[in-house]
Amino acid sequence: MSDNLHTNRKPGDPETTGHSWDGIEEFNNPMPRWWVYVFYLCIAFALIYSVLYPAWPLVNRATPGILGWSTRGDVKAEMTAWHDQNKAIQAKLVATPLAEIKADPALAQFATNAGGAVFRTWCAQCHGSGAAGNKGFPNLLDDDWLWGGTLQDIHFTVTHGVRNADDGDARYSQMPAFGKDGILDQTQIRDVVQYVMSLSNAATDPKAAEAGKTVFAENCAACHGENAKGDRTQGAPNLTDAIWLYGGDRKTLTETVTNARFGVMPAWGKRLSDADIQAVTYYVHSLGGGE
Amino acid sequence: MTAPDTTTDPLYTAREPIFPRRVRGTFRNLKWVIMVVTLGIYYVTPWIRWDRGPSLPDQAVLIDLANRRFFFFWIEIWPHEFYFVAGLLIMAGLGLFLFTSALGRVWCGYTCPQTVWTDLFILVERWIEGDRNNRLRLHRQKMNAHKLRLRLTKWVAWLLIGLATGGAWVFYFADAPTLLVNLVTLQAPAVAYLTLAVLTFTTFAFGGFAREQICIYACPWPRIQAAMMDEDTITVAYREWRGEPRAKGKNRRRAEMQERVARAEAEVAAAGPKQGGSPFVPMPGMPKGVGGEIPAKDSLGDCIDCNACVNVCPMGIDIRDGQQMACITCALCIDACDEVMEKIGKPRGLIGYMALTDEKLERAGGHPRRIWKHIFRPRTILYTALWSAVGVGLLVALFLRQPIGLTVAPVRNPIYVTMSDGSIRNTYDVRLRNMQHGARPFEISMDPVPGLTMTLEGTEGATVSVPADETRLQRVYITAAPGSAPAAAERTPVRVWVDDANGADRVKDDTVFFGKGK
Repeated sequence: MSDNLHTNRKPGDPETTGHSWDGIEEFNNPMPRWWVYVFYLCIAFALIYSVLYPAWPLVNRATPGILGWSTRGDVKAEMTAWHDQNKAIQAKLVATPLAEIKADPALAQFATNAGGAVFRTWCAQCHGSGAAGNKGFPNLLDDDWLWGGTLQDIHFTVTHGVRNADDGDARYSQMPAFGKDGILDQTQIRDVVQYVMSLSNAATDPKAAEAGKTVFAENCAACHGENAKGDRTQGAPNLTDAIWLYGGDRKTLTETVTNARFGVMPAWGKRLSDADIQAVTYYVHSLGGGE
Repeated sequence: MTAPDTTTDPLYTAREPIFPRRVRGTFRNLKWVIMVVTLGIYYVTPWIRWDRGPSLPDQAVLIDLANRRFFFFWIEIWPHEFYFVAGLLIMAGLGLFLFTSALGRVWCGYTCPQTVWTDLFILVERWIEGDRNNRLRLHRQKMNAHKLRLRLTKWVAWLLIGLATGGAWVFYFADAPTLLVNLVTLQAPAVAYLTLAVLTFTTFAFGGFAREQICIYACPWPRIQAAMMDEDTITVAYREWRGEPRAKGKNRRRAEMQERVARAEAEVAAAGPKQGGSPFVPMPGMPKGVGGEIPAKDSLGDCIDCNACVNVCPMGIDIRDGQQMACITCALCIDACDEVMEKIGKPRGLIGYMALTDEKLERAGGHPRRIWKHIFRPRTILYTALWSAVGVGLLVALFLRQPIGLTVAPVRNPIYVTMSDGSIRNTYDVRLRNMQHGARPFEISMDPVPGLTMTLEGTEGATVSVPADETRLQRVYITAAPGSAPAAAERTPVRVWVDDANGADRVKDDTVFFGKGK
């Protein structure tokens, strides 16, 4: 509403910028000196910085800077530093027999922590972050082991894996696909499934179960044993307990007998260091199922 | 549309330097004592030793950040007992409320570190550069060799005090003698040097240069305190009705003479006209009927406007302007004024501690009420009660706390594990705390629940040893027999006990057992 932009300005006041809003004008004061100096300092800093450090974006990447610094380099240096720090105790871990780790609290602590880290990085995808397993991937917390649950057994399984093509020493066995390959007919499969269910008191057809006993003795007992308690040397599961790798109901058992199962585990000896395998063995053994 | 220009003050004014004059008196002495005691406590405490056995530090007061322990003589605080610190902070807050509502800004005036260190810095300044007048003169001088020498001496002295301040601070966080050796031999951690540098600089800047500006601009307390004070709060005030109108030197003598002459003339007039002879001159040598305006009796106040109260004030204010935000009630103006009042033969207390209600009474000619009547009022009693309640609560908590402890955390990944015989097993992370100065065997047990049994990972029995002053993590399994009630139920409450096998201490924690559910 002010017609004259300079009505408010008194003699001695600084110039105004010429902006006026409802009669409120803006003095054109100089910036404070300290502010200006800090500003110049920032410009100088930016120039030096852009020469020393990565700064100007180019087509594929930024200018590297003459110091050669990068965040990746920082991470790498930090990781190397940690690895170097762990070298001594890792060497000690590899040199110590598995059974004797427990006697050394510091070593046991390291094995538990390092093993936990290895487990969550490499094993959790199949066995679960809590090691409780999944359908087809064994629960490592319970007292049921396909290939044995002593420290040595676990160490061997981790190192060579199960049914893989990479490691000649891998744990290996194969269940025949009784239905698919026509070894047993539908009735025999129904009967043997009822028999297997009767072993853990879950059968629904006693007659069929009785008939299945013969089928089992002829076809299954070779691996799973006369009394169906399984055989750890060939990874044949115990069929009499409460634990089922794929499921203990009629439908799943029929599926298993018909098509067979072929669970695979990589040979970690080719991918992880001796210390990592030692640690993860100790860790898995300490989760409550170790023998 | 032009706004009237009511003020010529710019929005920004440079600080007026303050040169407090030396003062003697009761409150000044009290402040010396408080300075010696508070600084003494601050500097000496980290050096007090306290034997806690071989595995623990022997420093009486130590904040051990690396091991997350706070040692205070016989008390040791663990991180999970942080509520003690919270309680102490609440007590500090309530205590501040109590003292402010009863006695105004006594904290600011006597014990605030800013006040104490500034006082010390001013003392050093006076030793080196002299009292107020010398310092004023030096301030106005151009820089020369003499001034530069005094300035450098002063700054070095201040920096040394700052260094000692920062030094004492870091000693609270590490073993003092070791750290001192490491500091001197340049082997201390970088954070120690950084803390030292920051505290040295802030002490130097705040005590030497910022001074009262910290209180006026930086500290939030002066702004809050107004809400803490009321008309019964005893605070430093000027008895304006007694001091005004103030007058100094010549004016005062002239006024007094006028008064005496007037009184004498009045007496003569009252005695009636003298019979014959020359007119009676009541005061020979004195002009008759001095001046035109003869002031009334008692027209002049006791204040001789000597500015003593202003000259000693470290905040650079005039207490005679009334209560103001910048006044930290350091009471130095009381001492200064009392000294002057004694010299001129007037009663002390022209400036003194006083409540607003007293001001009204005294102005009306009455007597001030007793101090305890001001102090004991619902507000202060409430603050005291709250303060004591928190204090008693903390003491009870301190004496009732167990030297051992446990927390039971169910492992929920997975919630339960089915074992080969069909039993259901839960895993628990049990943290056993041994807050004693020796390793202890801890026996873990649970309240019996039909069907549930407890086992420990890696141990045959139920006893584990926990090292001195440490926490041990123990995996504990609770297994429900196949077909038992807990195995079938969704959740069963479980109470876990830990017994100190060597003593009588026993603690518990409640958790749940997860079964298969429906």
